Amino acid sequence: MADKVITIREALSAALREEMQRDERVFIMGEEVGVWGGTYAVTRGFIDEFGEKRVRDTPISEMVIAGAAVGAAMAGLRPIAEIMTINFAFLALDAIVNHAAKVRYMFNGQFTVPLVIRTTTGGGKQLGATHSHAPEVIFAHFPGLYVGVPGTAYDAKGMLKASIRDDNPVLFVEHSTMLQRRAAVPEDPDFVLPIGKSDVKRRGKDVTIVTYGKGLEWSMTAADTLSKDGIEAEIVDLRWLRPLDLEPVFESFKKTNRCVVVEESLPMFNIGAEVAAQIQQEMFDYMDAPVKRVSAMDIPLPYSREIELMALPSAEKVVAAVKELV
Amino acid sequence: MTAEVQTVHQIDDAGVDLDPAALLELYWQMVRARRIDERTWVLHRQGKIAFHISGIGHEAIQVGAAYAMRRGHDYAHLYYRDLAFALALGYTPRDFYLAVFGKLGEPTSGARQMPSHFTGRAQGMLPPSSPVATQVPQAAGVALACKLRGQDRVTVVTLGEGSTSEGDFFEGLNWAGVHILPMICLVQNNIYAISVPMEKQMAVANVADRAPMFGIAAAIVDGNDVLASYRVMKEAIERARGGGGATLVEAKTYRPVPHSSDDDDRTYRSRDEVDEWKRHDPILRYQIYLRERGLLDDQKIEDVEARARQEIDEAQANALAAPYPPAEDALGPVFKPLHD
Ligand SMILES: Cc1ncc(C[n+]2csc(CCOP(=O)(O)OP(=O)(O)O)c2C)c(N)n1
Ligand SMILES: [Mg+2]
Repeated sequence: MADKVITIREALSAALREEMQRDERVFIMGEEVGVWGGTYAVTRGFIDEFGEKRVRDTPISEMVIAGAAVGAAMAGLRPIAEIMTINFAFLALDAIVNHAAKVRYMFNGQFTVPLVIRTTTGGGKQLGATHSHAPEVIFAHFPGLYVGVPGTAYDAKGMLKASIRDDNPVLFVEHSTMLQRRAAVPEDPDFVLPIGKSDVKRRGKDVTIVTYGKGLEWSMTAADTLSKDGIEAEIVDLRWLRPLDLEPVFESFKKTNRCVVVEESLPMFNIGAEVAAQIQQEMFDYMDAPVKRVSAMDIPLPYSREIELMALPSAEKVVAAVKELV
Repeated sequence: MTAEVQTVHQIDDAGVDLDPAALLELYWQMVRARRIDERTWVLHRQGKIAFHISGIGHEAIQVGAAYAMRRGHDYAHLYYRDLAFALALGYTPRDFYLAVFGKLGEPTSGARQMPSHFTGRAQGMLPPSSPVATQVPQAAGVALACKLRGQDRVTVVTLGEGSTSEGDFFEGLNWAGVHILPMICLVQNNIYAISVPMEKQMAVANVADRAPMFGIAAAIVDGNDVLASYRVMKEAIERARGGGGATLVEAKTYRPVPHSSDDDDRTYRSRDEVDEWKRHDPILRYQIYLRERGLLDDQKIEDVEARARQEIDEAQANALAAPYPPAEDALGPVFKPLHD
């Protein structure tokens, strides 16, 4: 079957539709997912196609959306629960980190939680600090929960399908400003991408940029600019914060000896901190410079347009960070 | 407002102790809030602002509630639809436009938070969050503090009916019941939460039906009748002030406009339904009442409109002319400095 150029939104819809057709235990629930078709229109038309039984508008109760999804998963279904933004997932934190992530371990594998929680992340839309942060790293802290953050339509489809088929709980995080981005995506209904594999998105020899999600976009733009100045960046897209696959990062680092981590998280205790720690542990002999980090500023994200943009990472900030290293 | 819509006329003024000047002030507050709100929709359509969430249709319950409070003394923990409420508490049109434009000097947040998060110490407005219903437990804490400190302040907290599905609502009201708190939880029931109708939020007919499980009082009021709203809120507030504990007030109302500038309500409800509710428009209903009492005529109505227009024009121009916040404004105040 051929590839087709589609948006991330279409890729997500296709993944959900194919998996719902494939396995009737899969169902969707969340706020506004049915009649309205999802806050970001990912499930538009699903209620007609699959019916109200499998596409369920819930009360505004994040705690129950996540908690009931854990329950339904333990009882033999494969729920896909939608939380409008990851910033509202804090209202469901106990169900996600204390239960979904720990049940299998705590009860010796008696129960598995084949659950996907889909949510959106990220700033840049003037929605203020309680809508706009990108705190997926917090969820990656807990063993037992996979955290995936696609940066392209291709990855969005393959990663979401893999998440739905997997027996472990997955927090699947989509960037709210990237849903219109296009890429060629396989139409084959059995196209899935492995969970926990990062991907080299650009080849280069001078610096390794480690990133994910929206950071991929800033990094790719930055790499084009840097290339004009004769600096070739290699870009590793983590795709998964857990399982975290740093092998391609180490391979790249052996060649470049320099690394910049680009992410939309806040600067403290973020992915960059983890990557930097692991590089200095594993790659100490290859290091020519300290690992640099580009992230959001260490403040609640502000509303007013200019100061919001200032507080977020950008391609320019990535360029500047790289130029300090090479 | 479509011309052919005929207004349903009833206002229940039984037990309302307001003099003519006060009755007209309520009208002024409702009209001004409506016109500001309509103007903001226009600004959004013109691409001048990022987002608007509207209070159109909710003016009667909000203005009635505000005037039932001791304004500036009692606490209000509002939600995003409470533009008329906030204005009636002393928030100004200029404040609002500074917020929607995200300009320097915006008084509630320094342009750091989204608009319609109505906050101001001077007006007793506590800072609401965007995750719905989180204000209810906080309001219980504010009311508890007032009680522990021996103050006679009442806390009014507002939210929509859909938001009552959150655990926060139940847990907050349970506290209010257990601790016999001076708190009014005002639910503005406009029968939709974005696209989701009330019957998908709860299996009871009225939000107020849940009050017995918390051991608190309940009242249901026609939220499109400003005087009934005023009276019911006043009774609840004075009971709370006198040590009688909390009340869950449910105001039945309707939102004749989309949820926010991000949605199209034609996908989830019929135009007939919206038109039917427009017949119950709170401002037009009150207008008829005031005309019948000889307090309003065509000239006076136009005077109110002209005054509102002028105030709004000035506020908008003033806010537009204001500069954006400088970059360093993004940095603080996160913490109060360790050493002042
Ligand atoms: C915790 C949380 N979940 C979801 C949302 C998204 N959201 C914003 S307003 C809204 C609907 C609220 O409806 P209702 O409580 O009836 O109030 P109304 O807007 O109708 O006045 C939703 C779901 C949110 N802001 N916070
Ligand atoms: Mg509502």
